Amino acid sequence: MAVTLDQTIAHKQHTFLSRLLSSQTFWVVIAVILACLFLSFATDAFATSKNLFNITRNVTFVAIVALGMTFVIITGGIDLSVGSVLCLCSMVLAVTMHAGYGIGTGIAASLLTALIIGAFNGILIAYLGFPPFVVTLGMLSIARSLAMVASNNTVVFQFGPDHDKLLALGGGAWLFGIANPVLYTIVLALITGFVLRWTKFGRHIFAIGGNEHAATLTGVPVRQIKVAVYMISALSAGIAGIIQTGWLGAVTTNIGTGMELQVIAATVIGGANLAGGVGTAFGAIVGAALIEVIRNSLGLLGINAFWQGAFIGGAILLAVLFDRARNFRRSD
Amino acid sequence: MPVLELANISKHFGAIQAVNDVSFTLEAGQVVGLMGDNGAGKSTLVKMIAGNFRPSHGAMRMDGRELVLHKPAEARQHGIEIVHQDLALCNNLTAAANVYLGRELRRGIGPFRILDYGAMYKRAGQLFAELKSETRPRDLVKQMSGGQRQAVAIARTMLSQAKIVLMDEPTAAISVRQVAEVLNLIRHLRDQGIAVVLISHRMPDVFDVADRVIVMRRGRKVADKDIAASSPEEVTGLITGAIEQAA
Repeated sequence: MAVTLDQTIAHKQHTFLSRLLSSQTFWVVIAVILACLFLSFATDAFATSKNLFNITRNVTFVAIVALGMTFVIITGGIDLSVGSVLCLCSMVLAVTMHAGYGIGTGIAASLLTALIIGAFNGILIAYLGFPPFVVTLGMLSIARSLAMVASNNTVVFQFGPDHDKLLALGGGAWLFGIANPVLYTIVLALITGFVLRWTKFGRHIFAIGGNEHAATLTGVPVRQIKVAVYMISALSAGIAGIIQTGWLGAVTTNIGTGMELQVIAATVIGGANLAGGVGTAFGAIVGAALIEVIRNSLGLLGINAFWQGAFIGGAILLAVLFDRARNFRRSD
Repeated sequence: MPVLELANISKHFGAIQAVNDVSFTLEAGQVVGLMGDNGAGKSTLVKMIAGNFRPSHGAMRMDGRELVLHKPAEARQHGIEIVHQDLALCNNLTAAANVYLGRELRRGIGPFRILDYGAMYKRAGQLFAELKSETRPRDLVKQMSGGQRQAVAIARTMLSQAKIVLMDEPTAAISVRQVAEVLNLIRHLRDQGIAVVLISHRMPDVFDVADRVIVMRRGRKVADKDIAASSPEEVTGLITGAIEQAA
């Protein structure tokens, strides 16, 4: 039987199953599930509601920032300043509330700080052509320094008249005993997934990561979009900072130190490509979950905590190995 | 009446005279081969038509009306489409996403508009069928052959009612079989009444598909004649300067 041109064009090359099996995110999910099953049998402490509550909550801070980072990484950029921005935003919130302002004012000041920093990074990168690595490395240093200036390098643990509201915001569990930060993460992940898949903005982000020159030639507003993604990244760090402040009940100038590397690790484990053009919201969450499960399990299994870095690093390499193996097969 | 008329167009960058007093017309349903050595001014000329540069002197007229272009988007609004030499495709996106890049279809109301995947796949599929190209709208561009990639870039020009399609070296660096495919795509555009400008270094392609040939040398137009009245030898002579001016 002859195959007509129309049939060829209408043919779908990839079934749902083949796409699933070739996705790095899918295999990381399998790894997380297997690790959880193994830990439930191997230890008594893992599958307790208290431990699960802890794990899910600990995942959230890295996960929320990883969602913002996903936007940046898809465009082919990188944001090293997120840990410091998280610290600065926490400190702005803490200092504002400590001075007697309400929680609304504190959050507004904190998020505004995040947006200004994101816009600053984005404008240097998109309009003045600075390399993202350099700009955000500079901001890593600047933002933490500003946090020290704002607080005079003290610990803030009294948040004025709305003290209890802030602690409830970060430390409570308003729905079915699920920690609040987990609820925020789910909502933010759904928004991120929607934006990436269903909006023109999301499509253009992928186009910039795939071929920035082509995006420019076809009329995509490349510069504006690049500024927007760095603002989103900084905003996600600000949101995570507010929630973490509420959960910890105190802010020091060293929170979020080294967090940028964990966040980047989470997005890469979840399938994002640092060369740009690839990444998902779900991948960022799963990557963050795998890191947290590894960390939690090492403690429960009684393995020396110094091994943590080796295991997380191994997970990064293993996840990327899947991707390479797939590409080797294709290029043969 | 010609679709596009260039009258005494010049372009200089500082002291460098890239295009010098060039006039010609484009007719609907005609393929014009634009030839010349590197630095002869072909690209500058095409970039003025595509809205990337503004002429230093001279005027362009479209359908008899004065045409002033400040940026590529304005050229597109006037029905002037360009297929870039590197095709300007994103490998990580599907064929349909590339066809619609920068002018995505959306459905919904106001700020709640979402991408209309169904409509974009459907229309892209129709365009590929029209182009007689075995290109699947849902496939990623990175898995495609050179000919299919050309089909994606050309399908882009057919989204709106293009009057003029400018093609920059579409047959450079692809296989022999794919060259034949691309030449068929060009004939298809011509049959739809589109004026095609084909910039090429490849003599056989121009003599195969073009109706007219324009030769540029050092910023000047040295020949503008029917392909039937010329020969590859004459064009080679005009490009290199062995023949000063076409008879």
